[in-house]
Amino acid sequence: MISHSSAPRSLLLTGAFLSAFTLSAAAQQPAAPPAAGAPPAAAPLPPGSPLIGRPASNEAAAKLAPNAPPPIPAAPDKLPTAKLKVPAGFNIEVYAAGMANARSLAVGDKGTVFVGSRLVDKVYAIVNKDGKREVKVLASGLYRPNGMAFKDGTLYIAEQSKVSKIEKVEDVIDNPPKPTVILDKLPKDEAHGWKFIGIGPDNKLYVPVGQPGNNVLNDDDHGLIRRMNLDGSSPEVIARGVRNTVGFDWHPETKQLYFTDNGRDWMSEDVPEDELNRITKVGEHFGAPYCLQGNIVDPEFGWGKSCSEFTAPVGLLGPHSAALGMRFYTGSMFPKSFKNVAIIARHGSWNRTKKVGGDVVVVKLNKDGTMKSMEPLITGFIEDNKYIGRPVDVLPMKDGSLLVSDDWNGAVYRITYGKQKVAEKN
Amino acid sequence: MRKTLAVLAFALIGTSVSAQTIEQRIVPCLACHGENGQSQIENTPSLGGQQAPYALIQLFMFREKLRVFGPMNEMAKPLTDDDLRLFSDFIAKMPKPAATADAGDPARLQRGQALVQHHRCDTCHNPDLSGKENVPRIANQREDYLAKTLAEYKDNSRHGYDGSMADVMGQVTPEQITDLAYFIARVR
Repeated sequence: MISHSSAPRSLLLTGAFLSAFTLSAAAQQPAAPPAAGAPPAAAPLPPGSPLIGRPASNEAAAKLAPNAPPPIPAAPDKLPTAKLKVPAGFNIEVYAAGMANARSLAVGDKGTVFVGSRLVDKVYAIVNKDGKREVKVLASGLYRPNGMAFKDGTLYIAEQSKVSKIEKVEDVIDNPPKPTVILDKLPKDEAHGWKFIGIGPDNKLYVPVGQPGNNVLNDDDHGLIRRMNLDGSSPEVIARGVRNTVGFDWHPETKQLYFTDNGRDWMSEDVPEDELNRITKVGEHFGAPYCLQGNIVDPEFGWGKSCSEFTAPVGLLGPHSAALGMRFYTGSMFPKSFKNVAIIARHGSWNRTKKVGGDVVVVKLNKDGTMKSMEPLITGFIEDNKYIGRPVDVLPMKDGSLLVSDDWNGAVYRITYGKQKVAEKN
Repeated sequence: MRKTLAVLAFALIGTSVSAQTIEQRIVPCLACHGENGQSQIENTPSLGGQQAPYALIQLFMFREKLRVFGPMNEMAKPLTDDDLRLFSDFIAKMPKPAATADAGDPARLQRGQALVQHHRCDTCHNPDLSGKENVPRIANQREDYLAKTLAEYKDNSRHGYDGSMADVMGQVTPEQITDLAYFIARVR
């Protein structure tokens, strides 16, 4: 029934009307007798529904729904940069703009920054040419291409149900080939179907598959993190009980994998909190959907379970705060206290009356690798309980600066410490 | 006549002559989508009173071919970002469509209403189904268009901006789609 745009316009339109009439004829057929009248009031919601668990007849709860960002990226002069706050000595500037729904970040050996998206079909490349930055569309026609990873000249792209790659990507940016698929047949669920990916110090590709809904008992193909060779071979599940991780990185010294995980919705305003987790051995189970934030058995699925059966998080990152991208900072530009801290982008809540998150935080660890403290690095994305921007991913650069993506505005910001900003004005 | 109008529509919409007002520029759209916000053409949605953020997202998706429908992809192709905002803001201010003249079969209406509550349509679309922000007004939309759209979300042939509707439609049966569309088109 879908017309294609290569036909002449008048033909197209005739086609459209024809389709319309054909469809309407079908629609006007007498309705099939209903199978069983009105459904029973307590029948379950579909597994992926964000409304699972929503308390009935509660006015405050009824006001909450996921926030969709504007489709059009903000013009550079309309970005909220001036409203974003950083600690004394830090500077924030626009690195690049005009990338609709800018999400995960990766950087190439030659300094090209790759930007994925979730709600549009594009992967962008921010190239530096003669001291000028330029945004190019590297790939389009992809389905929820959220995940980006770079290794030895090759860019890896994770779509909803597959991973593909572009070799020698920085040499072909002006005329990129179609990405080559290395892994498909991943589940196609819309709920938590978009992916963050990364390449570990073991030179393996790490690919998560989230749980297909807010709070669901999932099969063995969901709620996990896998690792595999860079050609997609020899996949191995290394973590289970993962609800939805959209950010991970390896500790610079211990090389252990740390990952953020988003807690379930609709249980309450204040619990469970999002988690910071650490994998210490292959095959650990992190609790979802039985145990939440390491110390609450789920009211629905936790019966007969105990949190002691699961690996507890090393830290809690706030209720509904949507902790997404996280990377360890090993650069030399920021103050010494930033050595090996985890920098985490909290996208911000939807399932909470007073929004939390919508910031970038610095998490310091204890000697045993557990979370010691959480302090703000960038705030100001929430104004009057509304988003004016939403941080998604963080990416330390070679020079020690930090890039932060914002999918609400379709932009990437750059955070520096010291006198850079003054130098630029000269 | 309609065909002629619509062909003319294609010719006009692309020429974003700055002298033209939005009232003039939207005439071609209304040739199919109906005057005063109410569509008279099968499977073509009424636009009146639509939530501006939702309308903007749809126009954007048509332009970027994220939502595939040839005629609308062509119509949206030449539009700038500012054009998209102009059209969606204008659409939102047009009068909302009226409920169908017939009162409807009480038994079917009751079934439809129960389904709306059962599937929590009224949470995101609001209790009066007027929508909010990126969630569209569906109250008094054309019944055939509602049924078509729900079916497309169900088989994922229409990709939503996000995946919410694909998830919601997973357990809605074709019979239920018929009743939902019947009720939503007549909600008062």
